Amino acid sequence: MIHKGNCLLPPVTVVVLFVTGCGGGGLPAHVLKLTPESLQNRVLQTRKYEGISEADLLSASTGVIQDLGFIIDETEANLGLIVGSKDRDADPDAAQRAGQVLIGATTFVVAVLAAVASQDGDAFEDIFYVPAVDDYQKLWASVVIRPATSEDKGKTHFVRVTFQRIVWNTDDEVARLQSLDEPEMYQKFFGLLSKSILLEGQEI
Amino acid sequence: MKSTGKLAIAIGALFVCSACASSKEHLLKMDESQVELRSMQTRAFDTTKKESMLRTVISTLQDLGYIVNEANEVIGTVSARTTDIKYELFSKKKLPLLITVTVRPKGETQLLVRANAQFDEKAVRNPLVYQNFFNVLEKSIFLTAHEAD
Repeated sequence: MIHKGNCLLPPVTVVVLFVTGCGGGGLPAHVLKLTPESLQNRVLQTRKYEGISEADLLSASTGVIQDLGFIIDETEANLGLIVGSKDRDADPDAAQRAGQVLIGATTFVVAVLAAVASQDGDAFEDIFYVPAVDDYQKLWASVVIRPATSEDKGKTHFVRVTFQRIVWNTDDEVARLQSLDEPEMYQKFFGLLSKSILLEGQEI
Repeated sequence: MKSTGKLAIAIGALFVCSACASSKEHLLKMDESQVELRSMQTRAFDTTKKESMLRTVISTLQDLGYIVNEANEVIGTVSARTTDIKYELFSKKKLPLLITVTVRPKGETQLLVRANAQFDEKAVRNPLVYQNFFNVLEKSIFLTAHEAD
């Protein structure tokens, strides 16, 4: 004979197992796995430089990061790492602005009508709402230099740069935390790096 | 009146003490045994090239879409952060996964690689997450990872 109270046990157990099965604070299964875009991103973010030492590449890369207005946060020459960051405004795009104006204007009209109808000023404050839009951001650039082979006396290297940013909205909440993957950014960075190598070679 | 004042001070002191207790609790809190945690987060590799391993760890983290923000060859550490992970359908929170990887010698023929991750203000304690990381690292260095003793 099954006690009535025990009937709830299997469903509850299943729910508990399901919730705890997510593990690691609800992390999805793909965390720390390669994605189909991983190789494509590596190609986009990497260039090969020949005939230059790792020290000279580190110096030229640091110069480019500074040229772009980043402050150097971290360097580890032995592992070829340079990390820089900068704080900048984040202008909302046209869609965000349009949404803000549309929702703001609509809720304003409804709020005025509600306040007049109810003769209550609080009704206006309860209804009127202006959505938050992008306000400011922190951008990071992380450059990693690694030797390509050990056969050419350390004169061929891969330089890989990655960009990331956090955007806060006008309510001071984190709106986005994203990698920046536009090819133009990487093309521009490597164009500047080539120039920097040339300039530093001429001690400019 | 005097006794009311004393009571207020006592309650205040109680709040201060409980706050201290709370921060101390978080500072030294471990969710599982030290051995269990280390075993989940650590693998041994048959190589002694520490610098090469650290460079591979950096490269692996980059392949995984992480931005490397700190590294130190002498101490043998690499720290990185990912972009926000969509883990709850209706959550407004934008949270990164933070990871630190350490590399240190084990005996004269091996290196121990340990990864520890943090997400949503908690240590990640899902062994699968660490397994995923070591699977990718293994492929990067063409070496087999052994369970650390």
